[in-house]
Amino acid sequence: MTRFLLRRLLWFAITLWVVVTVSFFLMRAVRGGPFDNDRALHESIERNIKARYHLDWHPFKQYLHYIGPFNLDEQGPEFLGGDGTRAFGGVLAGDFGPSFKYRDFTVNDIIGQSLPISVSLGVIALLWALILGLSVGVASALWRGTRVDVGLRLVATAGIAVPNFTIAGFLVILFVFVVPLFPVAGYGTWRHLVLPGFALGGPFAAYIARLTRTGMLEVLSQDYIRTAHAKGLPPATVLLRHAIKGGVLPVVSYLGPATAGILTGSLVIERIFAIPGTGSHFVNSALNRDYTLAMGVTILYTVLVYTLNTAVDFAYTLLDPRIDLEES
Amino acid sequence: MMPSVASHGMPRLATLALLGGLLAAAVSMAGGARLERADFIFNNGTEVTTLDPATVSGVPEGRIIRALFEGLCVKHPSTLEPLPGAAERWSVSEDRTVYTFHIRENAHWSNGDPLTAHDFVFSWERVLNPLTAAEYAYQLWYVAGAREYTHLIDEFTYQPDWKQNLWVEERDDGRLRVGCSGYLLAAADGEAPVAPTVSTGDAHAAGAVVARLGDTELRLSVAGRVVAVNADMPATAAALARDAYGESWLLELEATPGALADALARGDLMAGAAFRAEHAFPERVGIRALDAQTLEVRLGSPTPYFLQLVAFYPLFPVNRRNLTEARERWPGTWELRWMRPENIVTNGPYTVEFRRVNDRIRLVRNPDYWDAENVALGTIDALAIDHLGTSINLYLTGEVDWIDRPITSIIPRLLPREDFNPAPYLGSYFYRVNVGHPPFDDPRVRKALSLTIDRRAITTSITKAGEEPAWAFVPPGLPGYGKVEMASEAARGFATGAEVAEAGFARDVERARELLAEAGFGPDGAELPTIEIHYNTDETHKDVAEVIADGWKKRLGLNVKLLNQEWKVYLDTQKTRTFDVSRSAWIGDYADPNTFLDMFVTGGENNRTGWGDLRYDELIAAAAVEPDPVRRMELFAEAEAILMDELPILPIYFYVTRNLVNPRLGGFHGNVVDEHFPKHWYWMNDAELATKRAAQPAEWREVPADGPGDGLYSPAARRGRGE
Repeated sequence: MTRFLLRRLLWFAITLWVVVTVSFFLMRAVRGGPFDNDRALHESIERNIKARYHLDWHPFKQYLHYIGPFNLDEQGPEFLGGDGTRAFGGVLAGDFGPSFKYRDFTVNDIIGQSLPISVSLGVIALLWALILGLSVGVASALWRGTRVDVGLRLVATAGIAVPNFTIAGFLVILFVFVVPLFPVAGYGTWRHLVLPGFALGGPFAAYIARLTRTGMLEVLSQDYIRTAHAKGLPPATVLLRHAIKGGVLPVVSYLGPATAGILTGSLVIERIFAIPGTGSHFVNSALNRDYTLAMGVTILYTVLVYTLNTAVDFAYTLLDPRIDLEES
Repeated sequence: MMPSVASHGMPRLATLALLGGLLAAAVSMAGGARLERADFIFNNGTEVTTLDPATVSGVPEGRIIRALFEGLCVKHPSTLEPLPGAAERWSVSEDRTVYTFHIRENAHWSNGDPLTAHDFVFSWERVLNPLTAAEYAYQLWYVAGAREYTHLIDEFTYQPDWKQNLWVEERDDGRLRVGCSGYLLAAADGEAPVAPTVSTGDAHAAGAVVARLGDTELRLSVAGRVVAVNADMPATAAALARDAYGESWLLELEATPGALADALARGDLMAGAAFRAEHAFPERVGIRALDAQTLEVRLGSPTPYFLQLVAFYPLFPVNRRNLTEARERWPGTWELRWMRPENIVTNGPYTVEFRRVNDRIRLVRNPDYWDAENVALGTIDALAIDHLGTSINLYLTGEVDWIDRPITSIIPRLLPREDFNPAPYLGSYFYRVNVGHPPFDDPRVRKALSLTIDRRAITTSITKAGEEPAWAFVPPGLPGYGKVEMASEAARGFATGAEVAEAGFARDVERARELLAEAGFGPDGAELPTIEIHYNTDETHKDVAEVIADGWKKRLGLNVKLLNQEWKVYLDTQKTRTFDVSRSAWIGDYADPNTFLDMFVTGGENNRTGWGDLRYDELIAAAAVEPDPVRRMELFAEAEAILMDELPILPIYFYVTRNLVNPRLGGFHGNVVDEHFPKHWYWMNDAELATKRAAQPAEWREVPADGPGDGLYSPAARRGRGE
């Protein structure tokens, strides 16, 4: 187990380094810069701004500066020999630097403010996806082949195919304009998170329903279920005590990608519902050429996805003793 | 058995984890403090870049900054005429180059400090200082010496050689002033930093630092680090004074003139230093505080719209104590901290209570504002919602009281409503032509292209809100500038007005064909190469480009391609001039033709067409120094006629404002720059609303006007309370 984790950690470091390096240089290779505007700047003013953010340096020097902890800037942190007026510590010190676009905030500030909001939204979406997906999947498996099953599967397939922003549109029409139950957008109370949570979780609920159905069907045909029925256990007990545990195994392995998908997939939903989460920065920072924020969000998502996948692999061994991480 | 432990333990663990997650979500939501609905909510469209008036440009930023800070002048909410703001009065010298502002005795900052002329010296120096990297620094370049000051440090600060940063000035009394700007100076080997003894006084900044050094040594210290030691220097005393921003240091030496001359000759003091002496701030820059209440501004030349610039937010003051204290407390991050809600000090009608990125800025009434009793709304929320559909939904459900960009497709349905009143806006939608690409170097080709744009079709079927087809570049509605006919005569061959009808357009097309034939293209001449219309990704721009491309194909037989690019790439294409014809727009910064016409002087950074005309440049330069306002407008009109005859740009339409405002809001006036002033806003009570509705045209459709029915601090409500 320890060896597994250590190896994962090593790969994690390598992955992260590659992601950081590639995105850093890709970002600077793209045409247009963070301070381009439809009002062109006077040449000298533009030079001042670029110098202020070190964009006049060679990209490789910028890269070393960004990574840290080399003190390439006279105004850098004092512990590195600078005078401390612009204390940028570098990514290795966990400092993502100031945002180029939202100049009153550091990237750390922005992530610190927005990530909890995205996580709240994600938790609601995931809970909803699990509750709905599992119940529909189990129901579908129990009534296999009946009209109920066909109907539920149809809905599930549609749910996977329809993108979440379309669901969002329907939800807004239904629950804001036809039956005014929830606010149309914005952030502030739990009521603001209901519609976006549902819209965001919808496609995942559909996928979980399908996984559960398949998993349940496989388990229900197993010998030990037949044994349980044979020894006279009530069907509910068979289902809840014996069948579900094995049936939801595929869902557990899907939880990692699903969580990552919900967190990274929230960008459109956050925009439509005006939720000030991290997702909106994922795209906007690239469009704004906000180099530091885009890097910060990319690193954040790399860490999240990697951690979640590792956690799922880990959880999998606990649920299914046949899987040995040392070997894989 | 092992498996049973795992399989029994796990579901419980999973449930626990889920519950934990739920709890975490609940906690994190509760953690974001519950906000009461603000008295007034508007959608600002996007997150603002910063609250620092010196370093921004942009409409959403302007809206917030006008609520937070107040300049010497403010604008009349509908005519935009400069009115007394922080200054209660001002006088102008006879040659119109010296302005003397008298600041209100009762003007205060939100921390209780009185607002003084020194605050303006400090703030304007800061705008000009290259280290601030202010985008709008050039708005102050009309002040004598200001432009050179922005260049001064700029040219030398970022040089690796520290000597370049120094300048020397020999004064009449024999004292030598050595200025050191910037912060790149390298430390001398192994020298311990000089610890200057600090004494406070008003040496331009609040804190002057004085250091007494040995008889024969000159040490020049920057930010506490010794940067130069010259053992031969015949200095007897040195005074280090930190300037207002704390970035530049001034060093004063007492020595005999001869000794100084020797030192200069030997090169101990830096060669080329005399040049630097030209531009010390504030002596060489025409901004001076005569006393705490009086600010004197010397301009390089008479600038008729200077008072409008004074009312423009880059020239708004910031609080010295606010910035310097932040700098001392958080040396590394003060630039991000002084404007935090808990730190910011403002002198305008509002101050900041709460801020969340991409969500909202909550403004709260500033009780220390000199005119606070006339500010009605207690709290205002500025939302940062960029999705147009979401924005209109919020307005239609009453969650937001003002939006400025409804989706274009529903505009016909909005037009009859009482809350939607498009009005002329100081903005021009046009195409830039790259005159460096043949055949666009031929003005006849450019004119033929311009004449075959069906502007009427674009404004009636695409933009729909009553935009005016443009045959000139400067939008109508500027005070004193009514020479649109002259420009359109040049652009079209006859004055626009009575003849705008369809017949006019048929004539235009005829004329365009003739022009192309004259230029050697068309059925009997060469074939024109394919034209590419370049625009940034947006539905409206695409529709407009399609109509224009279609017209050029049908009416002139040209091959036209469309090319759309993402915003930043599009800007780069324009900047590098690698387009044929490119969509553009310009919104005036202030109500004067200059904000439009000075763009197209030869080599101007916003020109981006490659076009230049000597006579045009002369006219713009002449207008800049012309004291007679009537003559000045004539110069602009003549320049615009040249622009419209040469057509490096193809004007298409003039913008209109598109505000959707809760009908109950009072004090919201329309004006050509679409600027609105929270100070004047209030909620009408039912009686006032009824009076307003009785006065408006009967065909306007009334819509629900949510809001406090008894009015909130409205004039009537206040009368009721006996105020």
